[in-house]
Amino acid sequence: MRALHIKLRRDIIRLWPQALAIAMVMAAGVATLILGAGAHDSLATTRARYYETNRFADVFTTATRVPEAVATEIAAIGGVASVDTRIQKIALADIADMAEPASVTLVSLPGYREPTLNRLVMRSGQAPDPEADDEAIASEGFARAHQLTAGSTIRVLINGRLRAVRITGTALSPEYIYALGPGDLMPDDRRFGVLWMPQRALAAAYDLDGAFNSVAVKLTQGMPPAGVIDRIDTLLADYGGLGAYSRKDQISHAFLDAELQQLKSMSRILPPIFLLVAAFLVNMTLSRLVALEREQIGLLKAMGYGPWAVARHYLEFVLLIAAAGIIIGFVAGAWLGTGITTLYAKFFSFPFLVFSRNPAVYAIAGGVTVVAALAGAIRAVAAVAWLPPAAAMAPPAPPRYRKILRGHIDLTGLVRQSSVISMRHLSHFPLRTASGILGMALAVAVLVGSLWSFGSIDHMIDVTFHRSDRQDATITFTAAKSEAAWYAASRLPGVLRSEPFRVAGVKIRHGHVERRLSLNGRLADAELSRVLDGDLRPVSLPETGIVLSQQLAEILGVNRGDDVEIELLEGDRRVITQPVSAIITGYIGLSAIMELDAMNRMLGEGDRVSGVHLAVDSAAWNQLFAAVKATPTASFITLQHVALKRFRETLAENILIMVTVYVVLAGIIAFGVVYNLARISLSEQAREMASLRVLGFTRGEVSGLLIGELLAIVLIAQPLGWLIGYGFAAAMVEGFTTELYRVPLVVNRDVYAKASLLVLAAAAFSAMVVRRRVDRLDMVQVLKTRE
Amino acid sequence: MTAPRPSAQTVFRVTGLGKVYRTGDVEVHALRGVDFTASRGEFIVILGPSGSGKSTFLNIIGGLDRASAGEAWFEDHELTRLDEAGLTRYRRDHVGFIFQFYNLVPSLTARENVQLVTEISRQPMTPQEALALVDLEDRMDHFPAQLSGGEQQRVAIARAIAKRPDMLLCDEPTGALDSKTGIRVLEALTRVNAEIGATTLVITHNAAIQEIADRVVRFANGAIASEHRNARRKPASAISW
Ligand SMILES: Nc1ncnc2c1ncn2[C@@H]1O[C@H](COP(=O)(O)OP(=O)(O)OP(=O)(O)O)[C@@H](O)[C@H]1O
Ligand SMILES: [Mg+2]
Repeated sequence: MRALHIKLRRDIIRLWPQALAIAMVMAAGVATLILGAGAHDSLATTRARYYETNRFADVFTTATRVPEAVATEIAAIGGVASVDTRIQKIALADIADMAEPASVTLVSLPGYREPTLNRLVMRSGQAPDPEADDEAIASEGFARAHQLTAGSTIRVLINGRLRAVRITGTALSPEYIYALGPGDLMPDDRRFGVLWMPQRALAAAYDLDGAFNSVAVKLTQGMPPAGVIDRIDTLLADYGGLGAYSRKDQISHAFLDAELQQLKSMSRILPPIFLLVAAFLVNMTLSRLVALEREQIGLLKAMGYGPWAVARHYLEFVLLIAAAGIIIGFVAGAWLGTGITTLYAKFFSFPFLVFSRNPAVYAIAGGVTVVAALAGAIRAVAAVAWLPPAAAMAPPAPPRYRKILRGHIDLTGLVRQSSVISMRHLSHFPLRTASGILGMALAVAVLVGSLWSFGSIDHMIDVTFHRSDRQDATITFTAAKSEAAWYAASRLPGVLRSEPFRVAGVKIRHGHVERRLSLNGRLADAELSRVLDGDLRPVSLPETGIVLSQQLAEILGVNRGDDVEIELLEGDRRVITQPVSAIITGYIGLSAIMELDAMNRMLGEGDRVSGVHLAVDSAAWNQLFAAVKATPTASFITLQHVALKRFRETLAENILIMVTVYVVLAGIIAFGVVYNLARISLSEQAREMASLRVLGFTRGEVSGLLIGELLAIVLIAQPLGWLIGYGFAAAMVEGFTTELYRVPLVVNRDVYAKASLLVLAAAAFSAMVVRRRVDRLDMVQVLKTRE
Repeated sequence: MTAPRPSAQTVFRVTGLGKVYRTGDVEVHALRGVDFTASRGEFIVILGPSGSGKSTFLNIIGGLDRASAGEAWFEDHELTRLDEAGLTRYRRDHVGFIFQFYNLVPSLTARENVQLVTEISRQPMTPQEALALVDLEDRMDHFPAQLSGGEQQRVAIARAIAKRPDMLLCDEPTGALDSKTGIRVLEALTRVNAEIGATTLVITHNAAIQEIADRVVRFANGAIASEHRNARRKPASAISW
């Protein structure tokens, strides 16, 4: 059927801007699905491969001092495949290029062999001499942040003595993919790093000859960790064991997992919404586009083409557009996916990257699009192709004529005749009008659904850093100290106010649900690190009971007044029951807080503090840093403004990248839809416009008619779009929520405004196109050829 | 029902043809019991006031629409019993249609519009041949929008005759044309009628045209009111209006 193919080609060429706009809408839907799923799959596969090749351990624990002989006992536990014992300590490092001290984790390297577990990936230089006591491999990110290379030296406060450590090389470790410093919310390579030093050197420095204080265990395939954890805890109980934990509670893994989880749920919510919205829009536009061909369908049938031959012609037309959209979507999705995966991989410092392309995702994305497009075409073709040609060639009988307001009010003289025409168009084809409004509303909605998160994240940051944790700096001691340490800290230079806090590792439990976290003790009426209730008002901590962040309460399934079990991971490892005395707002992490004295009573170790929150005179930072570096008891200092900056940067590096991509794709969808709706209305009314021009209407009046209609639809669509968009945002919140942070659902007015403005801009552009088309509308041609 | 014995002459036979349009509660009886026969090669002009059912009649015998009552036979096919596929075959193999508003595909050139039909026919002319019959060889590659109304109508004729149809059905083919152009169109029709022997039915409001017909059928109120045979056919060039 060559002539039909010629028609096909010419139709596509004639309609190329519309065909392209539809294809772009499809492409955006397809691309979101592919890039979202692709990024997650690739990162998950990469992580799995990395873990496997470098033998990332399954169970971890630290203790005070364990004789080497216990290692064989651990190895003998059923289900344990291999055991690595190490010395692991946290220390302050004084680095020439920064005023405040950094903190490092020191990890021992076994003598003349490679570690069996958590193997390093050397990135530069070489391993230290096993006999040397001042050589170390630095974690790559930390080294890069300070331009450390083989041969550089840094000064580290090892067990109270400042030592110069020479860097022999840099490495990556599966144990520190997400390198999080103590007390930090987000990784910061400048302020935290890992130094791997020979076993002998660390044993000598920390007086751990013939002993270890950290264990990593690999389990046999498929072995659940719980039993092994219990056995290890029993074995290490006498050696100050702090409770073994599985990967789930290993910081790097937990954070990475949360990120991947978030990426996954984001890719499970927004992209399918996008794809379905795109599919709906494509379906609607194509069905209207094909409906325009009604007379030609009748004509082809009159000539003896069967309904299937006619249907095939239009299905081919639609499939061509769909194919273009899918190909663009595949390419863009794969390209964006690769780009985003690479960014993430860099952020996580994976030594390599495995790109995973899941054919199922491509098949689903392509399949949904094709089905939507075909369904749209079939809907339109079927309505005509099976009619007798005589009926098909006549214009469709318009739905029952209805006078606006049922003729009760005479509008003549009140409204210009042209607005009556517009209104009549809108009300005569209620289905078409409704689908147009829904289309525009969805355009607004996808924008709202992807734009809202920026404002919500700002809100989260504002609450966390400006209303709740208002300290300028936090000093965490190496171990809990007496209250004298608090007084000492409050006398440090530049300190305006200081408030002590206590942290203790606990397992908190309700029924079967258990979480391992740091229980936090604070002054009842702390001014710096405040506790906020559901309405963000500061609350004073009750003298009894435990306060839980809302998310933790939800995870545990408890309400105010319920009891939770607290298992201490330090000291006598008692299990205590405490009532939940309040549920508070907390967007970051899972937090459990008690009044300081109550917590100290519960811990039973006297009045102790783990660190202090400080308000600092901003002119005195340098004196403060110098003093802290010289104080052996102070182990780390966390600066709030740095934490805030890192927090923003980290979010910018992960979720916001993704969200930005989604916003751009939403913009494309919105634009494509608005443009298409405008163009289709124009085609649908071309004859009528030409007739009006013939009757003496000016170009302005004629295009005003169409633009008036467009405007009416766009305006009616806005509130509906906001509503649907809010729904999308609410669905997304779940996707953003991890145990590391929860993004509150805050859809500010500016989000609605931006979404609407974008859609209005698209409408304005489309109106311009319509106007230009009407100006060029060749009355004679339109009326001569009966399209 | 057995097929009526087709005489050598009769290609088309209609008995008791009725058509009712229902729109809501209103019933429009467009045709009320039409009886009609046509012989091979006959040139028939159909006259009648507006709304008398001419187009409805033509659409039904052309397989474009379905009757509500009665029978229509083309040779030994009972049209009124054909299903969708059968009607499509009938239109494809036997009928050439010409409409008042030309109804060309705007995105195809004159040649391609004709090709649309020749591609699905069994023994078609080439598009060039068909266009030559209507004197349009030199405008073959023009799009409808680049042709005058009369030229477009001639393309429509070329398209209708290219398949060498048994029946050529024309609904007001000259309605939109001036007298001179109309006559060229009629010349084309009579020429085709003579050369390929297609039974030709032409609906018109133009009484002058009846003189070129073998037979004139007058519709009124959904039925054939009168019929007469011209003793002598005038050539199209000899009439005017
Ligand atoms: N689709 C339809 N629905 C309802 N009534 C119809 C329909 N098509 C035609 N009619 C009615 O059927 C009757 C016959 O119409 P038809 O088109 O056959 O008339 P006609 O003789 O061709 O008139 P004209 O010379 O004006 O073309 C008219 O009264 C018309 O209103
Ligand atoms: Mg008619």
